[in-house]
Amino acid sequence: MELICPAGTPSALRSAIDAGADAVYCGFNDETNARNFPGLNFSRDELRKGIAFAHSRGARILVAINTFPRAASVALWQRAADDAVDAGADALIVADIGLMDYVARRHPTQRLHVSVQAAAANPDAIAFYVESFGARRVVLPRVLSVAEIAEITREVSCETEVFVFGGLCVMAEGRCSLSSYAAGKSPNMQGVCSPASHVAYEETAQGTTSRLGGFTINRFAPQEAAGYPTLCKGRFSTAHGDGYIFEDPVSLDATMLLKGLRSAGVAALKIEGRQRGRAYIESVVRHFRRALDTLEDGNEADIVSLKPFTEGQASTLGAYRKTWR
Amino acid sequence: MQLSLGPVLYNWAPERWRDFYFRIADEAPVDVVSVGEIVCSKRSPFFADHLPDVIERLQGAGKQVLLGSLILVSLRRERRQIGELCAADDVLVEVNDLTCLKSLKGRPHAIGPFVNIYNETCAAYHVREGAARICLPPELPLSSVAVIAAALPDTVVEIFAFGRVPLAISARCYHARLHKLSKDNCRFVCEQDPDGLALKTLDQQDFLTINGVQTLSHACTSLVGEIETLREAGVGSLRLSPQDCDMVEIAKTFRDVLDGRSSAEAASGRLSGLYPGVAFANGFVRGKPGFSYA
Repeated sequence: MELICPAGTPSALRSAIDAGADAVYCGFNDETNARNFPGLNFSRDELRKGIAFAHSRGARILVAINTFPRAASVALWQRAADDAVDAGADALIVADIGLMDYVARRHPTQRLHVSVQAAAANPDAIAFYVESFGARRVVLPRVLSVAEIAEITREVSCETEVFVFGGLCVMAEGRCSLSSYAAGKSPNMQGVCSPASHVAYEETAQGTTSRLGGFTINRFAPQEAAGYPTLCKGRFSTAHGDGYIFEDPVSLDATMLLKGLRSAGVAALKIEGRQRGRAYIESVVRHFRRALDTLEDGNEADIVSLKPFTEGQASTLGAYRKTWR
Repeated sequence: MQLSLGPVLYNWAPERWRDFYFRIADEAPVDVVSVGEIVCSKRSPFFADHLPDVIERLQGAGKQVLLGSLILVSLRRERRQIGELCAADDVLVEVNDLTCLKSLKGRPHAIGPFVNIYNETCAAYHVREGAARICLPPELPLSSVAVIAAALPDTVVEIFAFGRVPLAISARCYHARLHKLSKDNCRFVCEQDPDGLALKTLDQQDFLTINGVQTLSHACTSLVGEIETLREAGVGSLRLSPQDCDMVEIAKTFRDVLDGRSSAEAASGRLSGLYPGVAFANGFVRGKPGFSYA
């Protein structure tokens, strides 16, 4: 299985490859990618150099152009695709159907991956992307169990890629407007969720209150560590009680499921976190490289703690085990 | 400008659901009605018996009927259900997930607000593949709506004009989670909340609404004050999404403004009376946070 690692900067790209990534995914420093954070991502020149470095080390670069183009500005996204192809990208990761259609027509030999933002959650939806645009791989949503992944992988005619580590979307990816409801910026349109520009913390006698767009997302007792107010991971109040109504603040860690994912026929494993620093990239990539190599040697993956890198210092097998079903 | 009624998103008692549509057929001045359970496939069997009667009554009253597809399709039985839906050739399917397009591609269909169409190129692709009407995603600002509508002069472009806005869909059921039940054994607790379950902030500020696997806004979209702007932008249809209030009167209120019988101000006051205790919002269409209202 191919190990695919995130890079938000050229130095993270080099770190990921040094640590054992088979491929690195990254995006341009504008709204065409779904991690559009200040100071992050690649200029055209940086991408070109990054691709040259990767290829010299036998690694691949996948370019994410995975927000939904803004009306009347579609050319900006099309140019991003043209430039990525021109720079020698090994694949484009795309979410918008109009842009997929453009890439399929303009660059018919370019390898196209269906972004997780496209929400292709079953074999029929995936077949639509394969038949219509010649998609070669689909990144599966984080709402599926390992058994479901195996079933899908058996049935579809393209490769499947799944997330194994990092931040976890609670809602179906690419189909969530919670952030734009509270803060006016969304993953689909601006490539940001729960934007830092709309976050505020308030210290009171009861502790720290975190807000997004004026809405209280969480409150932490004085001795409790205050997490980032990602909307769907907040504590809220209902007639049936208060608490983490949608999801506890945990990160995905599927290290223990690698063998099952391999048996399921999954082609590639993806680590989330283009916004994360080099320390995260190095440690997490190295961990998964070792786990995969151990697996290749016929041994069980050894479990090393990745706790310091998980949200709220807690991890979950996510939907892969579906304990809530 | 057309008025359309979106599908009931909540888990209403089957008889109440049937009677709601019978009254819509008989009394509501809407042109198009989208029916079918689109939120949770576990609820569908409850309405199946009434669906043919509802469709017949609506069509008999001259309404165009659309059959909505499930928003999130993952289980085998859900795929089968989509396959059967798309095989029907007497009613137009309203596509809420691209799963449908595998079989509907090239045949006439409608697109619902859960398909990501954010720009004119994507919209044009769908029209080429058979989309006759498109309800755009609720988070789109007017600037985008206008560009898309201008690019598709022969397609009915619809926007979400009344009701709590659907904001997210999940594989996990939050009604079940709150009631400490598993999804497979949920006992259909969502039926206790015919207008959704209120989710407030820890400061008791109104925020969101839970409807099983779906999350909606607390605030109710109302674009009754924007109708002139929307008309100028090329919008051809306004969607009203059923809430637990008198939807016939809501439809009449919108129709009166469309036909020039009522001012937007008077209509807005009337809507507050018909759906009391819920704040209105029009932020999305104005390119502002969705909850805001101006």
